[in-house]
Amino acid sequence: MTVEQATGIHHLSAQGFANKRIFFPIKAFLLLFSLWCLPAWSVIEVDRLSSPELSARYQQLVAEYRCPKCQNQNLAESNSPISIDLRAEIRRLLEEGASDAEISDYLVARYGEFVLYRPRVQATTYLLWLAPAALLLMGLLIVVFIIRRQQRGVSATQSTLSGEEQAALQALLRDTENRQDKNTHPNKAEVE
Amino acid sequence: MARIKLFIPLIIFVVLAGMLYWGLGRDPNAMPSALINRPVPAFQLPELGLSQDTDTTKPALTEQGELLDESLFLGQVSLLNVWATWCVSCRVEHPYLMDIAETGVRIIGLNYKDEVGAAQQWLARYGNPYAQTISDPSGGLGLDLGVFGAPETYLVDHLGVIHYKHIGVVDDRVWRTTLQPKYQQLRDASPGQDNDS
Repeated sequence: MTVEQATGIHHLSAQGFANKRIFFPIKAFLLLFSLWCLPAWSVIEVDRLSSPELSARYQQLVAEYRCPKCQNQNLAESNSPISIDLRAEIRRLLEEGASDAEISDYLVARYGEFVLYRPRVQATTYLLWLAPAALLLMGLLIVVFIIRRQQRGVSATQSTLSGEEQAALQALLRDTENRQDKNTHPNKAEVE
Repeated sequence: MARIKLFIPLIIFVVLAGMLYWGLGRDPNAMPSALINRPVPAFQLPELGLSQDTDTTKPALTEQGELLDESLFLGQVSLLNVWATWCVSCRVEHPYLMDIAETGVRIIGLNYKDEVGAAQQWLARYGNPYAQTISDPSGGLGLDLGVFGAPETYLVDHLGVIHYKHIGVVDDRVWRTTLQPKYQQLRDASPGQDNDS
C-alpha cells in the first residue's frame, strides 16, 4: 500500500517534471517571441538598392525624416503616398551618389525644416539644442548655491557669538536641561 | 531680495502657463511651405488637353496639349490649385473654385499624380475653373512644390513668386478670411491689373 502510494506519487511528480521539461522551452520561446516587436520597417525596400552600403544609409535616412502627411511617423514607418514617393526619391538620390547633406537639403528645400527629426543647429534651434544643457547647469548651480548657503549658515552662527555669549548660552542650555530633567522625572532624585 | 525670491515659483508658473496656453491655440498640423517667397520651381510639363466628352464608357482622350513651364505664372497673380480625380476633397472644393473663377480670379490647375483621361473627363463633367491645367502624372512638380496631398492651393504673384500655401479645401470661409485678402493685396501690388475683372 505504502509502496503503491509512493510509486503513485513518484509517478505523478515524474509526470509533472516531464511537463515542466516540455513546457519550459515553449515558455522561453513565447517570452522571446514577445520581445520580438522590433520595428518592422527595417525591411522595407532594402533590396532595391544596388549596394549594401547604400541600403544601410537608406535605412538610416528614412528613419531620420518625418512624413509630411502623417506627422508622427518617419518616412520608413509611413505608408502614405507621399512617404512612398519620398522614399523613392531618396533611393534615386542615393543611387546618383548624393551625400547625406545633399539629400537633407533636397528635402528641406521642398518640405521645410519640418521633415527633420533631428533639427539643424542654427539660430532658430539654439534654444532647442541648448536648453537641456542650460537647464542642467541651472539645476547644478541651484544645488551648489543651496549647499553653500547651508554651510555658510552653520559657520555664521558659530562666528557671530562671542566667547562670553557662547558661555552664557551653554549655561542657559544646561539650566533648561536640568529643569526639564526635574520636570519629567520628579522622583528621580529620591530613587537615586 | 528675499521677497523677489518668493515670487520666483509664481513667475515660472505664469511663464509656463502662458507658453502652454499659446501652444494650445496652435495647429500642430500647420506646416508652412518651404517655398514661401520663392519662385515656382522650374518645370516643363504638358497642358492637360481638354475633352468635351463626358461619357466615361468611351476611351478617354489622352492627347496632351502644349508644353507649359514656369513662365505661365508671369504677368498675372494666380492661384495654383493642386487637384486629382482620386482626391475626394477636390470634388468638394470644385464648385467653389468654379465660383471664384467666375469672379475673375486666375486659377492654374496642377493635376497631380492622376490619369490624364480621368482628369479630362472630370473637367468636362464638372466644369473647368482653370485658366490652364498642368498635367503632372508622375508628381515631379508636386514634389518640387512640396505637395504632400491634394487639395493644396498656392498663391503666386505676377513675378511667379509663391506667397502663401493653403492646405486642404478652399471654401467660402478660407477664401474670405485668408486667401482673398492676400490675393487682393498681391493684385494691388502688381502693375496693370487694376482695370480688369
